[in-house]
Amino acid sequence: MKTAEELDSQIRTILRNHGRLNQDALQLDASDDLYRHGMTSHASVNVMLALESAFDVEFPDHMLKRSVFGSIGSIRRALSELATA
Amino acid sequence: MFLPAEITASVPSTLRQRIQMGFDVAQVSSVAHSLAEFGDRYLRRLFTPAEIAYACQGVGLQAERLAARFAAKEAVMKALQLSEAGVDWRDIEVVKHPDGSCGVALHGEAARCAQRAGAEQIVLSLSHDGDCAGAVAVAVLASPRPEIPLSTSHENR
Repeated sequence: MKTAEELDSQIRTILRNHGRLNQDALQLDASDDLYRHGMTSHASVNVMLALESAFDVEFPDHMLKRSVFGSIGSIRRALSELATA
Repeated sequence: MFLPAEITASVPSTLRQRIQMGFDVAQVSSVAHSLAEFGDRYLRRLFTPAEIAYACQGVGLQAERLAARFAAKEAVMKALQLSEAGVDWRDIEVVKHPDGSCGVALHGEAARCAQRAGAEQIVLSLSHDGDCAGAVAVAVLASPRPEIPLSTSHENR
């Protein structure tokens, strides 16, 4: 089981590569709104696909919500939920 | 349109309908990049077999057509306020009519949400030019919701 810090680190790397953020993902707070930092809806799809590859999961329909991909913290919570499902 | 309660009974039913509009843009080069990066998984996660077949027919314009369809799906999500509904992108399908115009077919949770919202019709217009693709969706809803503030708007990226 990965720690929250380890998960956040992986999420930040993916956001850095795919989120098209206007700020370095490593500098963001876990609660910062990613959409306010430049992530578009299409970029969030790329983030989702990259997360699925990295964590070997698939986001089910009920998680395909704007808020799930809205912050590092919300992504971490979703991944944790998928890991324990 | 806002109609005070005391006059709604005297106006034609069509005037008691309300509309909700959604607009979205997608960058064609970004879609092309996603296709190169994620390949088939990207295609099959977002688009229906019919959408993929249309986008891939002929030579070129694949990314443009897909970008316009992605923008259309997002525009419909905004028009029907589905961003928190948990809707699969493939449940919002862009349908190409013989006359060249596009419509939308809703499936699954998107269809259920539209029905609950009282959607009677969804009108769609999409376009692309160079690196930009965009779409507008207008949902015609049956039931009035007078509590909606008249001057609100919100921006979703």
